[in-house]
Amino acid sequence: MRVIEAGQLTKYYGKARGIVDVSFHVDEGEIFGFIGPNGAGKSTTIRLFLSLIYPTSGSATIFGRDCVKHGPELRQEIGYLPSEVFYYERMKVIDLLRYSASFYRKDCTQRLHELAEWMELELNRRIEDLSYGNKKKVGIVQGLLHQPKLLFLDEPTAGLDPLMQRKFFQLIQEENQRGATVFFSSHILGEVQRMCNRVGIIKEGQIIEVADIRTLQQRNYKKVMLEAGGLDAAYFDIPGVTNLESHNGTLRFFYNGDVNALMHKIGTVTLSNVTIEEPTLEEIFMHYYE
Amino acid sequence: MRMNIFRQELTMHVRSVVSWSLALAAMLFVFISLFSSFAEQAELLNEAMASFPEALLTAFGMNGLDLSTVLGYYSFAFLFVQLCLAIQAASYGFSLVSVEEREWTADFLIAKPVGRAQILTSKLLATLCGMAITQAVVWASTFGLIEAFKGDRAYEATTLLLLLLSLAIFQLFFLAVGLVVSLLVKRIRSVTSYAMALGFGMYVLSVFGDMLGESALENVTPFRHFDPSDIVQNGAYNTPLVLISVAVIVVSLAASYVLYTRRNIPAVM
Repeated sequence: MRVIEAGQLTKYYGKARGIVDVSFHVDEGEIFGFIGPNGAGKSTTIRLFLSLIYPTSGSATIFGRDCVKHGPELRQEIGYLPSEVFYYERMKVIDLLRYSASFYRKDCTQRLHELAEWMELELNRRIEDLSYGNKKKVGIVQGLLHQPKLLFLDEPTAGLDPLMQRKFFQLIQEENQRGATVFFSSHILGEVQRMCNRVGIIKEGQIIEVADIRTLQQRNYKKVMLEAGGLDAAYFDIPGVTNLESHNGTLRFFYNGDVNALMHKIGTVTLSNVTIEEPTLEEIFMHYYE
Repeated sequence: MRMNIFRQELTMHVRSVVSWSLALAAMLFVFISLFSSFAEQAELLNEAMASFPEALLTAFGMNGLDLSTVLGYYSFAFLFVQLCLAIQAASYGFSLVSVEEREWTADFLIAKPVGRAQILTSKLLATLCGMAITQAVVWASTFGLIEAFKGDRAYEATTLLLLLLSLAIFQLFFLAVGLVVSLLVKRIRSVTSYAMALGFGMYVLSVFGDMLGESALENVTPFRHFDPSDIVQNGAYNTPLVLISVAVIVVSLAASYVLYTRRNIPAVM
């Protein structure tokens, strides 16, 4: 089942571009990564699905129903963690979380306390006294306490220390195993690589690629490192080679093409060391943004 | 209407409602407790007032006011009550939904499973509740203090009721106008300055209208629609003017619902 679907979704803020003709879908049970630099339109896309803003044209559906028409009903099953968290400053954490829970039809009390304990959140402090990281924890708990079927995470790890990030990812994975679909926006590729099955890459408001994370890594590029005395960089400047660097007798480059041609070329020189590996998502990503 | 939002809004208003109510009660006490000393020397006072330039008297709404009568004196104090209530209602109107955007809590609220219209209705009802409490305090202080300080002077109770009842529509006007303006602009930076501007602005308009005899100006300001000395002198409202207020309220509220349900909530940049 398609949990999220965007059809030529477009949003302009006056004349300023938000997103243009964005189409993609996310299936039930997926963890879908949404990658792009700041200002590419990641938050705009999420905010459209939550009806915080309305599309200029195109459609946004969740569970097969239109986000604008059925917004309130759909949001019963949606959890949202915004990139910047702000809550009513004068409230106590527990009151804010109870207020949050009061919007949902199910009883969230038990889950609320489980989550707060897991995230090591102090419930009796005032929001205004919390550090940014602790506010983020409040955000996580309020986004998950109703055990939603769909989670929108907008750059969720900013402000969390590494230990909390790990706990958070564990939590998201548990939610996913329970059956929740996750839409994970980020510009940190490492975490997307670790969490997601598929990714969409957005640049200047447009989707430039939606792909399985494995194919994205495997399909084209090999990252090659050669070590030998007196290697001539120009010798390896063959079609398919990019980012060729030579440093102290070490040659590094990316290769995209027939591997046999590359292996043949390598076979003609005497090497002291060689590695051929999958590039990280980060490296692929940089390629997209050139 | 959502009970949870209503309750939340009410809690957030408590402090402000209590301060406004106490301030108004204190102000009425100061005014009305001085009544007997004023009334005793009324002749002297009316004489002195007659020698003031007319523009000055008009500015304070004291033209044709007889300070020796209970209602004449009270309608003078009532002008200040109106001014306070105007500013209170305007600031509630300006901040009703803009506060969530200014403090970035709108994302939290709107991402919950609740429609925009329901949010607005719940917030409006909570605010009306707060304003009703303030008005109730004004009613109670007025009757209590007048009984305590009027001495042996009589007054027309129905006229006093008319004055006090007018406060409901009067405050709604400022609430509704504040709300619709807050939805027409991109962002309200300071609620207080907007509220003061609207409150005092309308007051000044009515004063200038009076002084210049400009009736076109009179039509826009509720200070004119519900002019206390007029109500006291005629023992009735000026119905056409009251209807202008009602029309402005209805249009502003309807426009607010349309604007709010279509509003794009700005994101933190």
